[in-house]
Amino acid sequence: MVLILALQEAAHAAPEAHAAFEPTLPGLIVLLPLIGFIINGIAALVAARAATRLRALTHGHAAHEAHGHASHDHAHAVATHTHVEEAHDAHTHDSHAVAAHQHDASEQGHDAHDHDAHPAGHAEEPVPTGWTHTLPSLVAPGVMALAFIIALLNFFGMAGAELHEPVVRSYWSWLPVGDLQVDAALQLDQLSMLMTLIITGVGLLIHLFSVGYMSHDPGYPRYMAYLNLFVFFMLVLVLGASFPLMFVGWEGVGLCSYLLIGFWFREKANADAGKKAFIVNRIGDFGFLVAMMMMFVHFGSLNYVEVFERAPELAFGGAVVTAICLFLFVGAAGKSAQLPLYVWLPDAMAGPTPVSALIHAATMVTAGVYLVVRSSTLFAMAPTASLVVAIVGAATALFAATIGLKQWDIKKVLAYSTVSQLGFMFAAVGMGAYVAGVFHLMTHAFFKACLFLGSGAVIHAMHHALHATHSHADAQDMRNMGGLRRYLPVTFITMGIATLAIAGVPPFAGFFSKDEIIGAAWIGSAGELPLSQGSLLGVSGATWMGIIAVMLSIAALMTAFYMGRLMLYTFFGPNRTGDEERRHLHEVGWTMTVPLIVLAVLSVLGGFLNIDSHIPVVSAFTPLAIGGELALHGWLHPIIEGAEHVWESNVTGVGEVHHAAWPIILAILIGLAGLALAWVILKPETLGPPERTPAYKGGLEKALYNKWYVDELYHTIVVRPVYFLSRAFYSVVDRGTIDALIDGVVGRGSMLLGMTAGRVQTGQVNTYAFVIIVGVIVVLGAFVAL
Amino acid sequence: MNAALFLSAILFVIGAAGVVVRRNAIILFMCVELMLNAANLAFVALSPRAGIDGQVIVFFVIAVAAAEAAVGLAIIISVFRHAESVDIRNFSLLRW
Repeated sequence: MVLILALQEAAHAAPEAHAAFEPTLPGLIVLLPLIGFIINGIAALVAARAATRLRALTHGHAAHEAHGHASHDHAHAVATHTHVEEAHDAHTHDSHAVAAHQHDASEQGHDAHDHDAHPAGHAEEPVPTGWTHTLPSLVAPGVMALAFIIALLNFFGMAGAELHEPVVRSYWSWLPVGDLQVDAALQLDQLSMLMTLIITGVGLLIHLFSVGYMSHDPGYPRYMAYLNLFVFFMLVLVLGASFPLMFVGWEGVGLCSYLLIGFWFREKANADAGKKAFIVNRIGDFGFLVAMMMMFVHFGSLNYVEVFERAPELAFGGAVVTAICLFLFVGAAGKSAQLPLYVWLPDAMAGPTPVSALIHAATMVTAGVYLVVRSSTLFAMAPTASLVVAIVGAATALFAATIGLKQWDIKKVLAYSTVSQLGFMFAAVGMGAYVAGVFHLMTHAFFKACLFLGSGAVIHAMHHALHATHSHADAQDMRNMGGLRRYLPVTFITMGIATLAIAGVPPFAGFFSKDEIIGAAWIGSAGELPLSQGSLLGVSGATWMGIIAVMLSIAALMTAFYMGRLMLYTFFGPNRTGDEERRHLHEVGWTMTVPLIVLAVLSVLGGFLNIDSHIPVVSAFTPLAIGGELALHGWLHPIIEGAEHVWESNVTGVGEVHHAAWPIILAILIGLAGLALAWVILKPETLGPPERTPAYKGGLEKALYNKWYVDELYHTIVVRPVYFLSRAFYSVVDRGTIDALIDGVVGRGSMLLGMTAGRVQTGQVNTYAFVIIVGVIVVLGAFVAL
Repeated sequence: MNAALFLSAILFVIGAAGVVVRRNAIILFMCVELMLNAANLAFVALSPRAGIDGQVIVFFVIAVAAAEAAVGLAIIISVFRHAESVDIRNFSLLRW
């Protein structure tokens, strides 16, 4: 809300003011989350010490008391077991066990293990109270609020100054190595400003939500410390003035992502998910590194300003620039979960839900899109590489959407939806529609953060209800939900708005941003975009863009359908949570509802930031435009000027852009049709709890439910060969060659030598004296003889 | 002078042979003293040709030998107290 008002004000202020832009304390924006990390980190260390002491105390108790409710993990199984027997009679207990067994069998143990364990899984653990658990509630959102305020100040300053060149603030020389000179410098321009506002703004809301969601967790201060550290690295990523600095942030957010996915690391599945994310990202980082080295070789610098200045000196569409762009895209695909490196993101849902909202929906995963837009000058030079980006993006959008159709875990649906929406963004930036990509990035941050936080609220309420009756049902399985709109009205309405936004129903945010992307694809298919002239595999760019437009349209239909399905199964129909549990279902606290409401409002208004009156249908909303027509286009124009210059001097014969009405009408129909289909086809009334509802019916459903068996495929073609190779290396090279050489030759040799030489040392003084005398005689004799 | 040097050589060889052959620590010790005195005799015998320095060194040697005798005998006594023997074949504990 504040953001939109700010944009509006800025747009009005822009024409008259021409003062030079002087950034206010840009370093402090980055520094504040780091300070938060340090304070929360200290609290976490103190809390961890206290918890260890407490555990040592209660552990002794638990050994005496068979009950053992207050004990920790080791006694957990026993403790819950006794509880079940106490709470229910033997009959319920038996049926429960059988049900759990069937549940496992029907789901083939696939998602039985990768659940958000919050918070009941660890509620048995003593929760330390005191300053370590109250201070982070104040510090973590506090530093975010301050950072957001400073970012807003800078934003107003920048908007008033009509900035054309980026402002670079250099603090100290970081890497002065020969020809490579990298400063610790921040670059403030329209793109980094927008990203900073999204990160600090949405980040603030999610920190606030976390206070409600996580404050009862024993690891609460640690959680807040990691979250602050993540924001610090994310800000380094977007504000850094050079590729190496972006890489620092890039790796840093990867680390925080790892730490937060595996936040509940006592369960192996969670720790494994963190590891998977880290390792898959490593593949992408390799691409990023290679691209950086190539850039250094060809441009002699890695600072944005210099690289993009010298980029047009390379041959347009040449092998060098194409290779650089493709390697950059490998990095982007890893971080932003594109085919074929998307597999880590769905597993990343093992982390706490606010983490999924902040890192795996709103900010970190969009870093790849940011990278491509930041390097738009380079990508404009390489039409082939750009087409690859667009095609991979479109394929990911479609592929992930199909999987999202058949997931039962509420967070898994949203995870695949995120992968799919990131595919939309990449399709946009690949087609040269950079602003459309960023626009969708922004609106997606609003509505997907809202959806994730909403799902967090649902899970929180479900957990609370299930925990109250010591039920072992899955709090994230939609088959256990149903009819929740009566119990969680605020969550229902806000998630409903976000669903309409993501489905592309006008006038919600997703409609404008997504349809700008699909519209760009249709325009490109008519040969009216500069990159339509490129070609890949002998097929012209225009043809590819036609294919992309069709793929994205189908993906959009599926998006609307699976989101409708999610809403239907979660909030409509009869409640399936259980009679006992139902009494404990109620709305979550204000720290969780306020962020939801703010994000829902942003999901409604976000689209009005970029209304193009040239496009039919959309132009109807022009009077509602915030910040004037094309606010975002105008704002980001200086960023993509480099790309436009490249096209101006290298691409000729691009047709005039014609905006037709039919793609927009088609898009609206697709969004509505998807929701309507879900409403008509799916009958939440017929659904039962997981043990009575099979996860899938036929062959296709089975393939979709099992995510097209991609994890299994990777396991076969990547993981197992790697295991095989490492075993071979272990037994042949390490044990067979190196160890044999060291143990056999060197070890045995010196032992033998020692045994032999040891015989000389008899321990008898006479012998030594004799040897000395003989030695002296020999030496003297030698002197005399010479 | 040659005769003196010859005597010195004989004494030295007797001493060295004693150190190598004998097992009794005290005898060993005496043999070492014998070698020292053989060297002293050589120094003195050569002083008419090589100057007064040799005779000065002899005094040093006697002084050092006296100190060495004190320390050496003390060690032997303490060893004997410990092991009731001065046969050096028994003392090879520090061997590997």
